[in-house]
Amino acid sequence: MAIRINGTDVAVPDDARVSLLDLLRERLHLTGSKVGCNQGACGACTILVDGERALSCLTLAVQMDGRSVTTIEGLGSAEDPHALQTAFIEHDGFQCGYCTPGQICAAAAMLREIEAGVPSYVTPDLTAPVLVSREEVRERMSGNLCRCGAHNGIVDAILQVAAERAA
Amino acid sequence: MSRMQNAVVESVKTVLGWVPAQWLPGGTPDPLILRRAAIGRQASRLDGPEKVRGQARFAAEVAMDRLCYASLVHSTVTLGRITRLDTANAEAAPGVILVMTHRNMPRIGTLALIGLTDLSAVGNSSLPIMQEPAVRYNGQVVAAVVAETQEEADHAASLIEIDYAVDTAKTRFDDAKDKARTPASILIEKNHVSVGNAERELGRAPHRVDNIYRTPGHNHNAIELHGVTVAWQGGSLVVHDATQMIAPSANALAKLFGLKKEQVRVLSPFVGGGFGGKGLWDHQVVAVAAARLVDRPVRLMLSRDSVYRMIGGRSPTEQRVAIGADADGQFTALVHTGYSIMPPYGACPEQYTLGTRALYRSKSFEIVQRHVDLDVVPNTFMRAPGEAIGTFAVECAIDELAHAIGIDPIELRRRNEPDRHPISDAPFSQRALTQAYADGAKRFGWERRLAEPGARHDGEWRIGMGCASGSFPYARMPGANVRITLRRDGSATVSCSAQEMGMGTATVQVQHAADRLGLPVEAITFEMGDSALPAGPMAGGSSQTVSVAGAIMAATEKLTGELLRLAGNDSPIAGLRAGDVRLVDGGIAGINDPSRRESYRSILARAARDEVTVSAAGSAPLEMLKFAMHSSSAIFCELRVSKVTGEVRVDRLLGSFDCGTILNPKTAASQFKGGMIMGLGLALTEETLFDERSGRIMNATLADYHIPSHLDVPEIDVMWTGIADPRSPLGARGIGEIGITGVAAAVANAVFNATGKRIRDLPVTLDKLL
Amino acid sequence: MNPVSYQRASSIDQAIQMAAGGRGRLLGGGTNLVDLMRKGVERPSSLVDVTTLSDAIEETSEGGLLIGAAARNSAVAAHLQIRSRYPMLARSILAGASAQIRNMATVGGNLMQRTRCLYFQDVAGARCNRRAPGSGCDAAGGFNRYHAIIGASPACIATHPSDMCVALAALDARIQVAGTRGARTIPIVDFHRLPGERPDLETEIEPGELIVAVEIPPPRFARSTYRKVRDRASYAFALVSVAAGLTVRAGRIEEIGIAFGGVAPKPWRAFKAETALRGGPATSQAFEAALADELADATPLPGNAFKIELAQRTLSAVLTELSGSDR
Repeated sequence: MAIRINGTDVAVPDDARVSLLDLLRERLHLTGSKVGCNQGACGACTILVDGERALSCLTLAVQMDGRSVTTIEGLGSAEDPHALQTAFIEHDGFQCGYCTPGQICAAAAMLREIEAGVPSYVTPDLTAPVLVSREEVRERMSGNLCRCGAHNGIVDAILQVAAERAA
Repeated sequence: MSRMQNAVVESVKTVLGWVPAQWLPGGTPDPLILRRAAIGRQASRLDGPEKVRGQARFAAEVAMDRLCYASLVHSTVTLGRITRLDTANAEAAPGVILVMTHRNMPRIGTLALIGLTDLSAVGNSSLPIMQEPAVRYNGQVVAAVVAETQEEADHAASLIEIDYAVDTAKTRFDDAKDKARTPASILIEKNHVSVGNAERELGRAPHRVDNIYRTPGHNHNAIELHGVTVAWQGGSLVVHDATQMIAPSANALAKLFGLKKEQVRVLSPFVGGGFGGKGLWDHQVVAVAAARLVDRPVRLMLSRDSVYRMIGGRSPTEQRVAIGADADGQFTALVHTGYSIMPPYGACPEQYTLGTRALYRSKSFEIVQRHVDLDVVPNTFMRAPGEAIGTFAVECAIDELAHAIGIDPIELRRRNEPDRHPISDAPFSQRALTQAYADGAKRFGWERRLAEPGARHDGEWRIGMGCASGSFPYARMPGANVRITLRRDGSATVSCSAQEMGMGTATVQVQHAADRLGLPVEAITFEMGDSALPAGPMAGGSSQTVSVAGAIMAATEKLTGELLRLAGNDSPIAGLRAGDVRLVDGGIAGINDPSRRESYRSILARAARDEVTVSAAGSAPLEMLKFAMHSSSAIFCELRVSKVTGEVRVDRLLGSFDCGTILNPKTAASQFKGGMIMGLGLALTEETLFDERSGRIMNATLADYHIPSHLDVPEIDVMWTGIADPRSPLGARGIGEIGITGVAAAVANAVFNATGKRIRDLPVTLDKLL
Repeated sequence: MNPVSYQRASSIDQAIQMAAGGRGRLLGGGTNLVDLMRKGVERPSSLVDVTTLSDAIEETSEGGLLIGAAARNSAVAAHLQIRSRYPMLARSILAGASAQIRNMATVGGNLMQRTRCLYFQDVAGARCNRRAPGSGCDAAGGFNRYHAIIGASPACIATHPSDMCVALAALDARIQVAGTRGARTIPIVDFHRLPGERPDLETEIEPGELIVAVEIPPPRFARSTYRKVRDRASYAFALVSVAAGLTVRAGRIEEIGIAFGGVAPKPWRAFKAETALRGGPATSQAFEAALADELADATPLPGNAFKIELAQRTLSAVLTELSGSDR
């Protein structure tokens, strides 16, 4: 029984009530994943499960047995930051910094979703290739709330990284 | 604020009116206004790398040995008393260490309400905290459970059984209006302002509007939940808190728990959003008490539901705005009155009429606020308290009047632009709202607006433009202290207990200190977020930056004197006095003869000192009393309203600000935009649903209280006049709150322009536009 | 949250066996159940994780699709056949929740999700017949902006919150169920119950049964879409939503399917309106008249009366859009 978290195997907790978020923050001291609502309404706890974005607050840790979880701590390091982390600083895509790890994890997965051709509610043609646009990014990032109002900087940072990758 | 305090403030203002400006602080403009290097630079946040990696440590993230977890139980009735309390099942539940209720909570006093009398007066509620069986509002904390894990604490909390004897509560706004109180003052301003006979002028005016505007309750909804990690260490208390008021909280907790000031340390290096909500409430006190009883460190992170139940938000209001104008559109009467909630045990008077006093010239004024007393969680200050919603009412009324007269709303504002404070007659320290309008209108393309409502279409959508003024007063808080340590290696540390909740506190003060001390930004460290450091004021009223800046100014003056003394008689600067020199390029130089200079390194080396340390407090902020000091803004909005569904989509939003010197364009733009986005929520989606039958908030979740999502937020344009305020440190005025002001009116005015429908009840939801 | 045991089922039979008896609950993505457990609305003593059961999306012999109950919402929306042949289904899922939640939520869980009624969710402070039968309904005289205008009862006015189910209703999907007493198939339109006097009985699923798959018949419509109207531009539940499919030939409606979300305790299939429109002209007047008839029995409340007009306008706009380029 183990969950792979940022490349390290971690034992599944005995108490089935323990959420993945609580496991990360309180037992592993990986506090980069944040608690904003504990009910799937804000996105601050976003992590990657087998590369796809998910909410760690509504995920019971026991369900993650055998899965691979990446948190903000596993996404980039001080020496080798993720391109999104650098771009968020450049574009001031945060103020208080609390929703930020969730925004960045969500954005990392979202760019892969676009690359894989997955449409969104605002995609005009569901069968045509998906183009990166401001509106697409805004819709796809809407599950991550920000109260400081860093939305413009967040979207600018993501668009920059998307453009760099496309180049 | 009492009538007596009112009188004192008034008399101080009167006396100050006789004092020449140059005798007052700020009388001589801050020299840095004219020579800035780091200030005004587009610098990225210094704490950015920590924040984007999730390494910024917030209050509920501090690891501690033997840490245990608390969970709260809230009253489910509004007014009454506990008649039965059965905690046996909770106490027997796995992992439970303590069940705390009014029976076993340590006996403590009550918090002094936020005020100006005393620096520990930062309470949001003066009600006893878990001291008695009485319940005063729905959601009040009645019990706490401490257990080995959060899961165990939460479960045990659900097992506590409570019966109440219920009294009839006051929960209906309209019913309670009859008994509304008329306070003598609103904060430090006289409440009732009557100039001329406004009602008579209104009756005579050839043009007039007279309407009621309603705004609902709002909640701050910082994404970080309120949280605290508390440890008693011997007789001392360490509190890792998410707070906007570090030093005052430490003082208040010391007083409450009978400790000396030095025995309480509050740390809060990062706050995950505050907006007025992260003050001192019941949860910190409960956590401190529980930690004492269990003799272990305790973490208490509120649930989102708990935040709504026990942290008050913005009061709902009902406001009347009436404006009379003569044939030329000059105002002859300006009436702004209304009702908001303020229970007697609360601290916040929701000052929605204060901004109105400074916005327009008028022949007569009638301004007064009335407080409705309900049995509710005490409302508190929320981003631009007063102005955020006061500007909605007034700036919609201006738009309505402009439409009635048939002139452009910007032109109507220009015709009534005051040249001195319309009520006090004090001179403005600086005011360029007319320029902000002109610049903003040009960039926005205001000339493309069609005055006729409903004239622009694009398929299913009606398109409209609107504008409105925003305003927010300048404030510099007394009691700002800093310590500066300058080292022989040419580095310096500036220390202050100041708060960081996203404003870029350290970033901007490092820029400031670099220029003030004549050092590169890399040489400066700004220490903050800890009550063990020299006490800074609370982060509130958009005042922290200038308050801390004022203290750094004072400390730099002291440091200059100290360095001159250390330089002695063998220095090239010997004989120069503090007023003759400036700090530049890592040393002291004569102002008139810059060739007379000596580096800090050289001065300290000769004096055989590794470092020199000075501490100082900012001067008393008398400039606020002498001058009318306000920031202002022109907000422009273009939006679409669906003819099918009534949905509103904001396409463009521009803010043109007149806020003094902009210290860091990058972080300033973010703060302006952040305020404007909160303004979009205020305009279109946000509403705390208070069930008047039960006295209970029903949408205590982020799923049901709609703050703007990414798709709700267009690209926002911000610009500023950048004209320095000659009366403030650095020429700056606060920018944290003005962004939200005026936005709701600009949106509602654009909705009117698009549809011809005038919505006077916020939020502007689609059902109102069908 | 009460202490709870957890087991992972590796087969349908095992899941049925594990869930049999007691206060067990099947756990999919947990996006609704875990939230309700934290709120105390749901208090299961055991959880049976069914996310490892079939999540396959396969073509059926008759030319439709069979979607395993454990398929993630996002996988369904991203599936090429669903995007091209059932755009209303793809769009309905994409309109719901957030990308993170769609990645977690299963099709089975989406069908079983419970109402977002504020009073249903507030265990400590409100009465609710759906949560605690016979206790009363505080929503009726309270905040009912999100509540039903049709199909409700004096006992309960809550709406079903799903977007996906609205499209499934318009598509005549069938829900395949397995249980201790064997397998059966329930048409989606019968799957969710109207509240009547027993709002706590939300679906036709019996104790000991679980959803195995959702069957979607071959596409009936030349064009289809889903439009959702809400208080926030994204990440909010529907005030009104419309799933509609349409085939128009020579100006006449040959085939039509309409379902509404946000207006009723279940996804509301507009059979009356479909019947009235089928064979008739595809004009906005016809659309509006048909829906007026459909909603003639509506019993709006002060907080949600606007939904009648909103539903009419939204449907008319959607059908006009769908009929546009086919004429």
